[in-house]
Amino acid sequence: MEIKKPAVAGTMESSDCMVTVEPGNGSIEFTLDSTVAHQFGNQIRKVTMETLERLDIDNVKISIVDKGALDCTVKARIEGAVYRSVDQYDNLPWGGAIK
Amino acid sequence: MINEQKKKRLRRSMMFLNGQKPSLIKDPYIYKADSLMFDLEDAVAATAKDTARFSLYHALTTIDYRGSEKVCRINGLDTDLWKEDIRCVVAADIEVIRIPKCENAEMVRQVEAEVLKAEKEFGKEEGQTLLMAALESAKGVLNAYEVCTASPRMIGIALSGGDYTKDLQTTITGTGVELMGARQHMIIAARAAGVQCFDTIWSNLDDMEGFRKDVETIKKMGFDGKSCINPRQIDIVHDIYTPTQKDIIFAEKVIKEIDDKKAKGIGVFTVDGKMIDIAFYDGAKRTIMLAKASGVYKGDL
Amino acid sequence: MKNAVGREIPQEILKKTGKEVFRGTHYYDGKPVQKVGPKTNVVINNNGSKLVDTIHDVLVKCKIKNGMTLSFHHHFRNGDKVLNMVMAEVHKMGIKNLTICASSLGAQNDPIIPMIEDGTITNIESSGVRGGIGQAISEGKLKGLAIMRSHGGRVRAIETGESHVDIAFIGAPTADEYGNLNANGGKADCGVLSYSAVDAMYADKVVAITDTLVPFPNLPAQITQTYVDYVVVVDEIGDPAKIATGAAKPTTDQRKLLMAKYCTDFVINTPYFKDGFSYQTGVGGASIASTIYLAEIMRERNIHMGFGVGGIAKPMCDLLDEGLCRVLVDTQDFDQPSIENIRTNPNHYYITAGEYANPFNKGAYVNKLDFVILASLEVDVNFNCNVVVGSDGVITGAQGGHPDTAAGAKCTIVITPIMQGRIPSICTEVTTVTTPGEDVDVVVTDYGIAINPKRKDLMEAVKGKGLPIKTIEELRDIAYAITGEPEKVQFGRRVVGVIEARDGSIIDVVREIKPFEFKAEKKPAKRTAKKK
Repeated sequence: MEIKKPAVAGTMESSDCMVTVEPGNGSIEFTLDSTVAHQFGNQIRKVTMETLERLDIDNVKISIVDKGALDCTVKARIEGAVYRSVDQYDNLPWGGAIK
Repeated sequence: MINEQKKKRLRRSMMFLNGQKPSLIKDPYIYKADSLMFDLEDAVAATAKDTARFSLYHALTTIDYRGSEKVCRINGLDTDLWKEDIRCVVAADIEVIRIPKCENAEMVRQVEAEVLKAEKEFGKEEGQTLLMAALESAKGVLNAYEVCTASPRMIGIALSGGDYTKDLQTTITGTGVELMGARQHMIIAARAAGVQCFDTIWSNLDDMEGFRKDVETIKKMGFDGKSCINPRQIDIVHDIYTPTQKDIIFAEKVIKEIDDKKAKGIGVFTVDGKMIDIAFYDGAKRTIMLAKASGVYKGDL
Repeated sequence: MKNAVGREIPQEILKKTGKEVFRGTHYYDGKPVQKVGPKTNVVINNNGSKLVDTIHDVLVKCKIKNGMTLSFHHHFRNGDKVLNMVMAEVHKMGIKNLTICASSLGAQNDPIIPMIEDGTITNIESSGVRGGIGQAISEGKLKGLAIMRSHGGRVRAIETGESHVDIAFIGAPTADEYGNLNANGGKADCGVLSYSAVDAMYADKVVAITDTLVPFPNLPAQITQTYVDYVVVVDEIGDPAKIATGAAKPTTDQRKLLMAKYCTDFVINTPYFKDGFSYQTGVGGASIASTIYLAEIMRERNIHMGFGVGGIAKPMCDLLDEGLCRVLVDTQDFDQPSIENIRTNPNHYYITAGEYANPFNKGAYVNKLDFVILASLEVDVNFNCNVVVGSDGVITGAQGGHPDTAAGAKCTIVITPIMQGRIPSICTEVTTVTTPGEDVDVVVTDYGIAINPKRKDLMEAVKGKGLPIKTIEELRDIAYAITGEPEKVQFGRRVVGVIEARDGSIIDVVREIKPFEFKAEKKPAKRTAKKK
């Protein structure tokens, strides 16, 4: 998938995170600001990379402001932002690229 | 295949949760509601309808809800959202889909068709997704029986008091007088159709005494359970739905007597010297199920 | 060197502080300890008044100089104005290298942060630090060490001379011109002056600061004229609205209510729950709710509390007023109703922090406790608790009476939800040990109750009572299954703080924080990390 335009998903509430994606410069550029960075920073990065890989994205600027979101929420917010960036709201690949 | 056992499971409490809020859907099972209803409809802002689905999909496929039944309220059939809602939650193995603002059998069948399509698309067992309908208007309430019988997937109907009373041109008063007709009609329709019937929410959290009285009333009327908007309400509902020791002992005797006599080929049953009917059997089974769920049953049935 | 809770205490810190490693809560039990006496400038003349016009003048009279130790109490909590007021004057005079020995420090004292940065304050001794000062210490801004002691440990340190106070500043809601001080009445009423008693008795100079001067003699006095050198009258020593809040509304959070229910159900199934039992609890939502549940059972079974201890809030006062509790002994008041109660109910008594919790006297009140209900940021599978260092590695809480009451009570119960946000509260190893696991008997969470395996008697007592009993490892596993297994906080090398056990030995150290760094990855990619 190709990121078409900047898009945001999520909130700054506790247990949530806010994900911003923008068209990249040829690679994955990842920024994390997390209240639980020490404990889960590496894990959040891992989940982010796996999610992007499933979505077949290798060219994106992605930034996550995290307020203690679980992995399932991190995934959901990344997907939310990515599908917004390509304006796809129907016929989503549940159980496929979204997993 | 529709699982009849599952259709008839205990549903004393159904707690509403905003499907958009990660903090709410993280571990609501600790409150031990019989069913959890994840909302994609009214609780989710128009600007978050799309992202709420991703959130719910991953919650449903990742989080172990520890025995609480997973129900999802999809968006109304008058929106362009409900079909994708169905694809999302069927793919995530939702147990029950709640149809909002249901007015007739045709609406149930529309949902049923989409659900079947989704079950096929995602390789799910056909019939694994059950349905229930919320009746939110005078028309919906009047058509309760046809709604209940519109699909074998239907587990029951629920009253949505807020919208319904607006349609009646009155308001929720706390006395229940404005809901009397709908409640009576719905429970009769549900029982006639052999499905369950759930009551509307109680929104005044400062009046827990009023809530308790409300639940006592609907239990007496025959309702299977109550919709809850706050975890504080769950214990009260369960408390009221807990059978008394007297009820439990009687139910035990009924079941043992009927099982015993049937095995011996005898068709006349007596408990405590009084003749009883075979019609007591299902009620007694239900009493024992309630007693078990409430943790008060110590017997061997 | 490794201590009794398995923590490695660096040699350099042992050397620098002259302290020993923690050897267990009862290591000093029965051993003789030498106490010290303060220097006392005797007053034989009958010139009368001890009044001094200004803070500046009193500092001059006390001959303040570089390197001294100044002490303060925190009875005015978030409304304290005394510490900032004194330190502003000290700062103006250009005094350096001071040690602040406070019963606690909080966000209300943030104005002293620049004085940490410029070397006015180089050492801090406190029960803990909340707010910006904790951040500053964790960032390594304090030149010396921050020493965190429990309320009882502070009294011990001062009485044994380990911590020598040169000048004690005691904010007093009422005072007379000869130094009889009371916490009741005045504009900044705080109920009790328990933490200050030891300062008054052991500091070389004792300065009372009040905004309400009353006629001599100010009786009954919690601190008497025989200890006080000077009295200064200022406009305002505290902000009453922030000293004590109104009574906290009982929580409606079902998770807290659930834990409260588990806690009370546990308490009433132990053999200690019988007529005359003693009890201490905190002011968190779950603690207050469990007191209310407990009261219902006490009424039902006609069981009365012999005495209640500690920081007091309204629910305990209600028990006293109702006659369900015989006596309250009070070291701190958390809300207006309890301040009111100590004035009006004759069975509500003032005690000093030493009487409350000092491990090095001939027996503190905590030793007579049956139950204490505590909270904790983290509890590990060895039941060690951390109440000081936050999940970001920053000093953010206080020991308070946690280690004292845990050591004293026959049944120590810690209530905590299994996770806070994504941070599992039940973990393999706490970030910092502040209360040793040997003193923690029961952990109550929203997912069940764990009993310390050494308390076989408690396990037996609650068997078959329908309580959700789990092992502590099971609770940790449930938490980790939800949150994922957390990695450890990445600290810098430098030790910025020492966590003292009650007896003055070192139970753990706190190191300076450093920004989070990602682990090296296999795939090279352009990545940046930032952490606020």
